[in-house]
Amino acid sequence: MQPAYSEQDRAFRQEIKDFVAKMLPADLARRGRYDYHPRRDDQARWARILADKGWSVPHWPQAYGGPGWTGVQRFIFEEEMRLAYAPTMDRIGPELVAPVLYTYGSEEQRQLYLPAIRTGETFWAQGFSEPGAGSDLSSLRTRADRDGDHYIVNGQKTWTTEGQHADLMFILVRTDAAVKPQAGISALIVDLQSPGITRRPIWTIDEGLSVNEFFFDDVRVPVGNLVGEEGAGWTYAKFLLANERTTSAEVPHTKRDIAQLREIARVETKNGRPLIEDARFRSSLARIEIDTLALETAVLRALTAGGHGGGAVASLVKVRGSELRQRIADLAVDALGDHGVAVRLDPEGEHRMFADGLTPPVPDHGVGLSAKALFRRATTIYGGANEIQRTLIAKTVLEL
Amino acid sequence: MDFDMSSEQDALRDSVRRFIDREYDWEKRFAVIRSHEGVDPAHWATFAELGWLGAGLSEEAGGFGGGAIENALIAQELGRGLVTEPFVAHVLATQTLAAIGGETAGPLIGAMVTGETRVVPAFQEEAGRGDWRVVGASSTGEGKGATVSGTKTLVEGASSAERLIVSARSAEGVGLYLVDAKGAGVVQSLYRTVDNRRVADIALTDAPAITLASGPAAQAAIEQGIDHALVTLCGEALGLMDAALWATRDYLKVRKQFGTAIGTFQALQHRMADMLIETEMARSILYHALGAMAGDDRAAQSTAASAAKQVFSTAGLFVGGQAIQLHGGIGVTEELDISHYYRRLFVIARQFGDADLHGDRFAHGVDHGALAA
Repeated sequence: MQPAYSEQDRAFRQEIKDFVAKMLPADLARRGRYDYHPRRDDQARWARILADKGWSVPHWPQAYGGPGWTGVQRFIFEEEMRLAYAPTMDRIGPELVAPVLYTYGSEEQRQLYLPAIRTGETFWAQGFSEPGAGSDLSSLRTRADRDGDHYIVNGQKTWTTEGQHADLMFILVRTDAAVKPQAGISALIVDLQSPGITRRPIWTIDEGLSVNEFFFDDVRVPVGNLVGEEGAGWTYAKFLLANERTTSAEVPHTKRDIAQLREIARVETKNGRPLIEDARFRSSLARIEIDTLALETAVLRALTAGGHGGGAVASLVKVRGSELRQRIADLAVDALGDHGVAVRLDPEGEHRMFADGLTPPVPDHGVGLSAKALFRRATTIYGGANEIQRTLIAKTVLEL
Repeated sequence: MDFDMSSEQDALRDSVRRFIDREYDWEKRFAVIRSHEGVDPAHWATFAELGWLGAGLSEEAGGFGGGAIENALIAQELGRGLVTEPFVAHVLATQTLAAIGGETAGPLIGAMVTGETRVVPAFQEEAGRGDWRVVGASSTGEGKGATVSGTKTLVEGASSAERLIVSARSAEGVGLYLVDAKGAGVVQSLYRTVDNRRVADIALTDAPAITLASGPAAQAAIEQGIDHALVTLCGEALGLMDAALWATRDYLKVRKQFGTAIGTFQALQHRMADMLIETEMARSILYHALGAMAGDDRAAQSTAASAAKQVFSTAGLFVGGQAIQLHGGIGVTEELDISHYYRRLFVIARQFGDADLHGDRFAHGVDHGALAA
């Protein structure tokens, strides 16, 4: 048992640190600090820089352009990215869709889609949830009916993350209504420029835009865009969601939020003293920091146990990780005192639900904090609501 | 980074498990906890014989080459078995002595590892409320001519020990002194804690003492000993939490109400999921602390040990408390192990400082950049 980073791990961390310090453009880091929903342009620029170095898709097999890192190295890489305020990268294409493509897709699909995901040229959306199919995903109703060399897709998808940026969608559709719900689901790749697709933005609680609704009205999709086998879509979806839960612990991001809040608490004052010296604040921050350390070690345990650590461990870390994302964001707002209640729009001009020019007296270090805390109410819902995770934990790990 | 146990560590754990299966069933345990001393000297001899008393000590210090990991492993199994022998006190005493080193401490460790002699730490005082750094006891003189006066509290294993390691204050600051546990000027008052352990308050009046260490060296030795004690105690708590968790799971599968096993109810399933999450997060922070203890950054060790203690102080009570809740009325009875797990966790939560104290000690460490990476 050696539950600590090795010398090689430390050297690896330094290599990443040095690269990012040299290569990360200043405007990307500035927007990273505000931490609003990332821009496609920023993600694409950074993906290109990382791709040139061979680091844009850390968890892919080397055959498709991955760097061949261990799980622990991937974790270190992510940690250094967050600490440097690099853009949070698109997850849908590289982390969710690509593993399905290189595991279950055809050779043609791999060659067609993977290189452009790797370099940040194409962006993907995932079409899973529907108005009537949230946590109970297998009840989805969007249909794909065969018509010669095409499927005709009709229906509605919702909560489509970063759909406003996406070129392509990995969509779950019902191809057989006669069999039991899970068995009638297939996975298709849909070009979002196809006729018959309408997108409606869903503005969220933070006045931000990151989720969308899509309406499909007789959309023709070539049969060659079927992923794997017809009727096996449910298997691919479960595979994909297990990957989502592992990364959704988001430890590197929470650790960075903690470090950022520590800086803020040195500047903010309470009773004429730096907030960081306030006993109650210190105690709240320490508890979050300690719980994050525990979670970090749990994730490292999962990463060193091989594979993705299985759905059970993924569920455990997802529940705690999403709660911690909320706790640290809430404490950051508390650190601003009652200034935390003001709407401070993104100074870079993105995410303008209202076209007003109002700018409240919130210091620069307070930009984005309340929007972040508000949006993070979603962390305990997306990727499988935490109540679903608890049921899953009870059934799979505790065998109740 | 590797979280798997070595084959030696597996064997060590199995040897503790075998001891508990053979020597520590429910009836035998009750006989021990109802005796005056609350421990069985034959068990301590077995601990020595099986090498557990030196398993977590380096070879230079007179042990068998292990460290904090070995102590935590042993303690985990002792926790699972609800064993009352004062193993954590032994770890605190030996690690404090190991940090001091030298002519007096060295041979003493040797005799403690073989079980020949028993030495326990007497660091706590009433005013400290669990904080070992609060020292009101005083000392005079030096070397073999020293004396100590004051009152120490909650000294575990005092009644069966030959010597005490006492912290006391002189003009140079806090020092450590070796005192005859039953010698002149030493009055022990034995009582029980809620987990059926025996502790003593010890009144010292000009008790003859030998100086073990003084000034910064003494303080450093105490801190090092405490960090080892903390992670060992957390190991014990983990064993208790695991035992309480899985016993509750088993009960939920067999207990029927409203015509069905109560484990089919979602409210109880979610509670059990939370208990599992708390237990796994606690196991994880313990591994983090053990990783730090295996390194050589003392400040990082203290920060990590306090992080672990902070987690176990709260998670232990949660898991133990919910194990009772899910058992219903039977959970609060003397006859069921569930109440005994809780009572031990209830003590551990407060021993050597509660969650607040360790949250503060952690925050202080982070302020000074002492975070293990």
